[in-house]
Amino acid sequence: MLTPAVQPPAARLYDPMLPSLHRVEYARWDTDDTFSLELARVDGATIPPFEPGQFNMLYVYGVGEIPISISGDPARRDLLVHTTRAVGTVTRAMSTLKVGDSLGVRGPFGTTWPVDAARGRDVVIVAGGIGLAPLRPAMYRILAHREHYNRVVLLYGARTPGDVLYRKELEQWRAHFDLDVFVTVDRATGSWRGSVGLVTSLIGRAPFDPLNTAAMVCGPEVMMRFTAAELEKRGVKGDLIYVSMERNMKCAIGLCGHCQYGPFFICKDGPVFPYRRVQHLLSKWEI
Amino acid sequence: MHTLEPILAKHPFFEGLDKRYLELLTGCASNVAFKPDTLVFREGEDAKQFFILREGAIAIEIFVPGQGNVTIQTVEEGDIVGWSWLFPPYRWMFSGRVLQPVRAIALDGECLRKKCEEDHSLGYEFFKRFSHLLVERLQATRLQLLDLYSIH
Repeated sequence: MLTPAVQPPAARLYDPMLPSLHRVEYARWDTDDTFSLELARVDGATIPPFEPGQFNMLYVYGVGEIPISISGDPARRDLLVHTTRAVGTVTRAMSTLKVGDSLGVRGPFGTTWPVDAARGRDVVIVAGGIGLAPLRPAMYRILAHREHYNRVVLLYGARTPGDVLYRKELEQWRAHFDLDVFVTVDRATGSWRGSVGLVTSLIGRAPFDPLNTAAMVCGPEVMMRFTAAELEKRGVKGDLIYVSMERNMKCAIGLCGHCQYGPFFICKDGPVFPYRRVQHLLSKWEI
Repeated sequence: MHTLEPILAKHPFFEGLDKRYLELLTGCASNVAFKPDTLVFREGEDAKQFFILREGAIAIEIFVPGQGNVTIQTVEEGDIVGWSWLFPPYRWMFSGRVLQPVRAIALDGECLRKKCEEDHSLGYEFFKRFSHLLVERLQATRLQLLDLYSIH
C-alpha cells in the first residue's frame, strides 16, 4: 500500500476553527449547475499550502459553512480555486457571489491523493461527474513532475456532453503526447460523437500496466465501488486504489462526529482513503 | 492459407476455447470494413451477424420520434456488437452507425446457430460466453439508469 499522505505541517499553524476572510477574484459557471470561484485572501497573504485531495470549509456569511474540495493548482499560492454544484442552500448562495464579494475559508483539511508516493508507477485517474474537481490538483501536480511517472491516464465520465467539466482543459490535456485522456457520457445529446457509456467501460481498454498502477478514483459512491471492482478485475492491486469519500462535515478536525463513517471521521481520516480501508463499508446500508 | 483463427484466438471472448471449436467458428467468420456514417446494421432489419471490432467505433442508436437517432452506447476496439442474431425473430433492435472507420470480424449468425445445434458442447461454450457479455451489458445499463451524476 502506498503511504497515505497526512496534512502538511504548515496547515497546522493556523487556528483550524477560525475562518480567514477571502475575496472572490473570479467567478464562472463551468456547466449549467456547476461553478468555480477563485479566491484571494483579503489581507494579501498567500494562501496556505495544500495537497491534492484536501478540502476547505467555505463560509457564506449569514447562510452557512460547507466543505468543498480544492480544485486549483497546488503550486499556485495566490489564488484558491473551488468548484462546486449549486444544489443546496449554501452552494446556491455561493453561486450568486460576484467578484469582490467576500467569504470565509477554513483549511486545508484532510488526507491527500498519493501523488508523490505514486512516482515510478502508471497512474490512472478515474473521475465521475463533479468528482473531477478534487482530482484536478492531482493532475496539475503530476503534469508538473511528469518525468517521475510512467503512463498517466485520465478516465472521465459525465452525465451528458453539456455536463463535461473543465472542457477546455480536458482538450488541452488530451493534446499532450504523454497523457491518455478518455471522456465518456452516460447520455449523448446534440452533436456529440465521442464515447457513450459508463466510465467503468473505459477501464478495460485504457493503456496502463495494472501490475504497476496507482489509481485515484472520485465520484458518486456507487461509481467508485464499480470502478474499483473493474480496476481489480483488470489486475490493479486493491491497496493501490484510492477513493475520496464524502459525508456531512462540520468541524473538519475530527471533533464533532458529524462525518463519522464506521470507525473513521471523513474529515480527519479522509476524505482520501486507500480503497482497502473502506471497501467493507461501501456496501453497508447502515452507515 | 491465412485464416482469421489466430485473430479470434487472441480475443478475450474466445480465451480458453478448444482449438477444434475455434476452427469451426472460423468457418463462419469474415473480415469487414465500414466507412464513417455507414449503418452497419439497422433497427428492424434481419440480424444475420455479430461483429468483433478490431478498429474504430460504432454508435448504437435508436430512433426516437421527435428526437431523431439517439446514441445509447458506443462500442470500440475489442468490443463485441450484436446479439439479435441469437434469438428469434432475429431482427436488430438498434442501429449501428460508424463513428470512426471500422475494421471488424463478422460472424455469420445462421452459420453459428447451425454449428451450435449440431454440437451442443460448442453451443454451451458459446452461449456461456455470450451470457457473460449480456450480464455485463445489463449491469452497465442498470448503472446508467441510476443516473448517478444527476442531482438527487
